Amino acid sequence: MISAHLPALQVALPLIAAPLMVLVRRGGIAYGMMLAVAWISLLISLLLAQQVADHGPISYHLGSWAPPWGIEYRVDALSAFVLVLVSLAAAAVVPYSRRSVEAEVSREQHYLFYAMFALCLTGLLGITITGDAFNIFVFLEVSSLSTYVLIALGRDRRALTAAYQYLIMGTIGATFIVIGVGLLYLMTGSLNLVDIAQRLPDVAERRPVLAALAFLTVGISLKLALFPLHLWLPNAYTYAPSSISAFLAATATKVSVYVLIRFYYSVFGETLVFKELPVPLVLLALSLAAMFIASFAALYQENLKRLFAYSSVAQIGYITLGLSLDSVGGLSAAIVHLFNHALAKGALFMLLGGIMLRTGGVSLHCVCGLARRMPLTTFGIVIAGLSLIGVPGTAGFVSKWALITAALEAGLWWLVLLIVASSLLAVAYVWRFVEAAYLRAPAPEATEKIEAPWSMLVPAWVLVALSVYLGFDTRFTLGGATRAAQMLFGAGG
Amino acid sequence: MIAAQTAIVAALLVPLAGALAISLLGRWPNLREAATLTTAALLFFCVVSLLGPVSAGARPELTLFEMLPGLPIAFRVEPLGMLFALVASGLWIVNSLYSIGYMRGNNEQKQTRFYVCFAGALAAAMGIAFAGNLLTLFLFYEALTLITYPLVTHKGHEEAKRGGRTYLALLIGTSMLFLLPAIAFTWHVAGTLDFAAGGILAGKLSGTALAALLALYMFGIGKAALMPMHRWLPAAMVAPTPVSALLHAVAVVKAGVFCVLKVVVYVFGAETLSSGAAAWLPWVAGFTIIAASTVALYADNLKRRLAYSTVSQLSYVVLGAALLAPYSLVAAAFHIAAHALGKITLFFAAGAIYTAAHKTKVSELDGIGRLMPWTMGAFVVGALSMIGLPPAAGFVSKWYLLSGAMSAGHWAVVAVLTMSTLLNAGYFAPIVYRAFFRAPAAGQGHDAHHAHGEAPLPMVIALTLTAAGTVLLFFFPDVPLELGRAMLKG
Repeated sequence: MISAHLPALQVALPLIAAPLMVLVRRGGIAYGMMLAVAWISLLISLLLAQQVADHGPISYHLGSWAPPWGIEYRVDALSAFVLVLVSLAAAAVVPYSRRSVEAEVSREQHYLFYAMFALCLTGLLGITITGDAFNIFVFLEVSSLSTYVLIALGRDRRALTAAYQYLIMGTIGATFIVIGVGLLYLMTGSLNLVDIAQRLPDVAERRPVLAALAFLTVGISLKLALFPLHLWLPNAYTYAPSSISAFLAATATKVSVYVLIRFYYSVFGETLVFKELPVPLVLLALSLAAMFIASFAALYQENLKRLFAYSSVAQIGYITLGLSLDSVGGLSAAIVHLFNHALAKGALFMLLGGIMLRTGGVSLHCVCGLARRMPLTTFGIVIAGLSLIGVPGTAGFVSKWALITAALEAGLWWLVLLIVASSLLAVAYVWRFVEAAYLRAPAPEATEKIEAPWSMLVPAWVLVALSVYLGFDTRFTLGGATRAAQMLFGAGG
Repeated sequence: MIAAQTAIVAALLVPLAGALAISLLGRWPNLREAATLTTAALLFFCVVSLLGPVSAGARPELTLFEMLPGLPIAFRVEPLGMLFALVASGLWIVNSLYSIGYMRGNNEQKQTRFYVCFAGALAAAMGIAFAGNLLTLFLFYEALTLITYPLVTHKGHEEAKRGGRTYLALLIGTSMLFLLPAIAFTWHVAGTLDFAAGGILAGKLSGTALAALLALYMFGIGKAALMPMHRWLPAAMVAPTPVSALLHAVAVVKAGVFCVLKVVVYVFGAETLSSGAAAWLPWVAGFTIIAASTVALYADNLKRRLAYSTVSQLSYVVLGAALLAPYSLVAAAFHIAAHALGKITLFFAAGAIYTAAHKTKVSELDGIGRLMPWTMGAFVVGALSMIGLPPAAGFVSKWYLLSGAMSAGHWAVVAVLTMSTLLNAGYFAPIVYRAFFRAPAAGQGHDAHHAHGEAPLPMVIALTLTAAGTVLLFFFPDVPLELGRAMLKG
């Protein structure tokens, strides 16, 4: 039965596709392969999510080597949820990439672009699906290295420095992570996550375990752009090719959040991390700093990609804030926002890519009066922006509601006020775009319609429509997030 | 008669379908305007079809689907919502007629977008009117803010942009900062957000917490323009006059005070609040009434004067709710209808003056009553209603409000109402005096060789209709009063 091997296929498919693309060396064929890979990945992830919902967690032994010696792929409610997110983002971004990449990447590099894209997807899916600590590190490096290349392919020359900056920061993060994993291996003699979790309570010497926790926390926080470790992110999102900005914004940081949740709840255990150590306090403070400082930074950006990149840092603050509340409600708010924010940000960066293609830039003065020239693009950005704000009727509201009710459950009414106050900052930076696009006059010579091509509009609008649909139907998102949170608390507590 | 549930769905979908039709017919202005009028008539028909069952005591319900766990999008038509829906949808017909004259008479830009947003705003207003729980209410409340933003910034110039900013900052700001936490807190405490007779917070909260939650609601519902959250309303006057007339004298502001009443009656419950948690509210409302009237006294721009008059009159409704006495609650409900008719007449008149004479200032209105007798005649009726004199509808609400204040023994409120009457007379009488008893100023070259008459016919018809309505409501106040009394029973 092929359905039994779906976990392996989920990762193997893009992994095999990548070298094949390099072998054929044809941009068109590579694009076709990538499209097939992305869509089949989405199908596989949905099937896996269905299997998990029906029969509980799946444990897949790679090469039939039983864990803890062999590598285990483990799909539970949380990883299935993130797998759907990553492959959904890929399935939307790949068809979008064709026109965008033609404009932004030189022709002979197209096949390399798609090969790297496939590797990046492999890495992100691998991190999410694997149940092995060292394997997480390996896939993290696969995704990171390919991301550095992808960012460097950007047309702007500053893409190189952005990639270099991310390379340095990412490598530090990866080093910290491997040190953390190494310490865990040293103390428990195991690399399998479930196995480590079972052995940890018996470890007599606590200090190395705490050191491992510290290294992993800092390393992963670098990758997920937790304030103040976010400095690589704005440049990377701004100068990467548009489709990569969209894909990274939707997935890269989200998968890192997943890793953090995985280590905290499934390995170290909720009691150690949240009850015995001041982790929640630190997370809370940093999250609030992210929500306000990054939002203020966004208010002063002229470049829209950069503006929304800072907004991402702020929105990641919401996710870690939910995490810091250390309750089923808070954790599910974090997980659901991971999904909802990914949709909105993915859509935003895709639509910005359309503006980039047509006007040659995405600074605020480029979008003056754009509403008349690119009505669908600008309206899509407005709706995705409303989701960032958390207006009811969008997915963002669902996250905000979950976060607010979780804060109330914890009795933190002042936190509720801070959450809603920071969402007002989102109104302010989204409305800078709205005023420029709708109320400022375009340059006199620029009057003809220049709507983005359909191949870019349709995938972006699928995400925009999903952002609205998931604002009303929360069975998959909030339901899935709550199931995942309950599972983590059941396993950890 | 159509089934009640179908009518609820239709009331939401008809304006949306209308918006679609209007945008598709954008190239043919006559067809487009026909679509607006047809939609308005259809919507009114749907709403009226609900009046029979609701008056007979039925409370049609419709639950669509669960949006958040335990929190569905649900509708329930109760008397107060019925009243608001009747007022908004009925006046939309008249206002559409007026808009056609105004938009064409002034050669406004982007007329299709204007009519589309208008229809969308009505859909949102219907959602607010029929909402069965606070979540549904909040959803449509925010939708109404967003859909009216393009109408406020319609002219697109710098002043419109600034007005739009104030509009959005205050309305979105208050609703996100206060109303949403208030709703979440209610959900946290009560475990339900459904509107229920007698309130859902009875026995769940008391003392300071109750008063604080009430404050979150009262200032969170920025559309009710309680001071100091009122600045968006004068800012919104930068919109074309039909917008000011229907939205910023009827749909949007009435949505605000409607929410206030609904929250007081169906979330808190008059009994729960009578413990003293609402004791501060009459003072804030009273202050708003007096302060806004005083500002209006000095405003030379006619629309600005009317806007501050609206701020003041809205607080009549809040005051009625705050007194918690049966009479005053009925007065509050009735005033939603009474003020709507009177104020829309005044705005219609202001827009007619702008269209025919291109005048926006009170000081320019000398002798205009002789040139535009119908317009200024209607203006007088509207002004009488604002002051609260017979034979205009405003008298009825003031009468009930005074009865409520006296039965509650709230003499300060009686004083506020008396003073407000004087202030209203103080800022409306000079306009009437200038219009009818002063000779047109000499030397205004524009008018000397451009003697204008009345505004375009559709506008004159519209303002005559609403003025007649204001008088009729004085003689036949039964429907709104009955709905108000039924609201008390739940």
